[in-house]
Amino acid sequence: MEIVALKILLIAISAGIMGAILGLGGGIIMTPALTFLFGVDIQYAIGASLISVIATSSGAAIAYIRDGITNIRVGMFLEIATTVGAITGAIIGGIIAPNLLYSIFGVFLVYSAILMLKKVKQELPGEVTEHPMAKTLKLQGQYYDKALKKQISYKAANVYSGFGVMYGAGVISGLLGIGSGSFKVMAMDIFMKLPLKVSSATSNFMMGVTGAASAAIYLYRGDIDPVISAPVALGVLIGSTIGARLMQKLKSKTIRKLFIPVLMYIGMQMILQGLGVKL
Amino acid sequence: MAEHQSESSQHAINKAELFVSYSLRIGVLLSATVILVGMVRFFMTGEGGYIGHSYPTKLGDIIAGAFTFKPFGIIMFGLVLLILTPIMRVGVSAIVFITEKDWLYVGISTIVFLILVSSFFFGK
Repeated sequence: MEIVALKILLIAISAGIMGAILGLGGGIIMTPALTFLFGVDIQYAIGASLISVIATSSGAAIAYIRDGITNIRVGMFLEIATTVGAITGAIIGGIIAPNLLYSIFGVFLVYSAILMLKKVKQELPGEVTEHPMAKTLKLQGQYYDKALKKQISYKAANVYSGFGVMYGAGVISGLLGIGSGSFKVMAMDIFMKLPLKVSSATSNFMMGVTGAASAAIYLYRGDIDPVISAPVALGVLIGSTIGARLMQKLKSKTIRKLFIPVLMYIGMQMILQGLGVKL
Repeated sequence: MAEHQSESSQHAINKAELFVSYSLRIGVLLSATVILVGMVRFFMTGEGGYIGHSYPTKLGDIIAGAFTFKPFGIIMFGLVLLILTPIMRVGVSAIVFITEKDWLYVGISTIVFLILVSSFFFGK
């Protein structure tokens, strides 16, 4: 028993590191690892991966907010879209079979991964035309980039489409009970043209809130098993603390190179799931 | 001169951000400690304190379990604290925006908070 808990803890640490760097919840590591390696039932694996989402978010946010990487205003504003989306997802999830939606969102992710490929050599967004709404909402910001060793000022573009994609991210969270960090990072990076580090940190920041709303439901249902979730929570908290420090020293180009294959993988998985192929 | 001004406004934001970061740190350390205590106790006694592998899932039972020092009760209580941390963060952000007299964002934080609360009713 102790050995299994220790193994889960070690995997959770790596999930936390990766989640913090890429702005994802670590669910893409935790869920398959728990089901395939430890034979955990999918419902408990999802419950534990929700704990992983919340732990990554809070653990990473401590450093990201303190160091000014997270844009709290962008996060709070877009949370309106994700929370309303999450409720929509929870409602439609009970009405229609989500298969078609999986495929649509999967295609969308693969498409964005291709869009991201074009930005692979780009370290910073460069000159961005500020959306008038971004000015009203004071979405601009600045942070100190530890890899470039300089202060970076940035503005936000395409506020409406960013908001729309965030709504979609919320719908997915509500449907699947995941953090859907990949969609959040994309909404900010590709659509709103925010720096990748800001997008990743802000995605992390936002994920905890939607995750918490779903986690309460899963907890009540009994899907959060203490023996599995405890090492996941502790490991991910340790990992995300390390990851949030590591990410700041990485170049955005490097982070992007890690992000694109992950995006492709999640996208393909969603398409296959939508077509009814069991992985 | 202009630079000096932007520096001081940056300073105000940093102070607010430090406060949010600090509140998260407390939430995280508190929940991690409680979970760790529960885990250690579980491994020491070899049992969860409940029949078979069952564990409490209702808030009242979880709190009762934690205060009677049952390992699974303590772990679940720590997990509840962890789940509550981001929700507390929304509240703390709202307070920070109030102290900054940023009414637009006080409104936005309040809306998010209300949607979150309502999501508990929409959920299955």
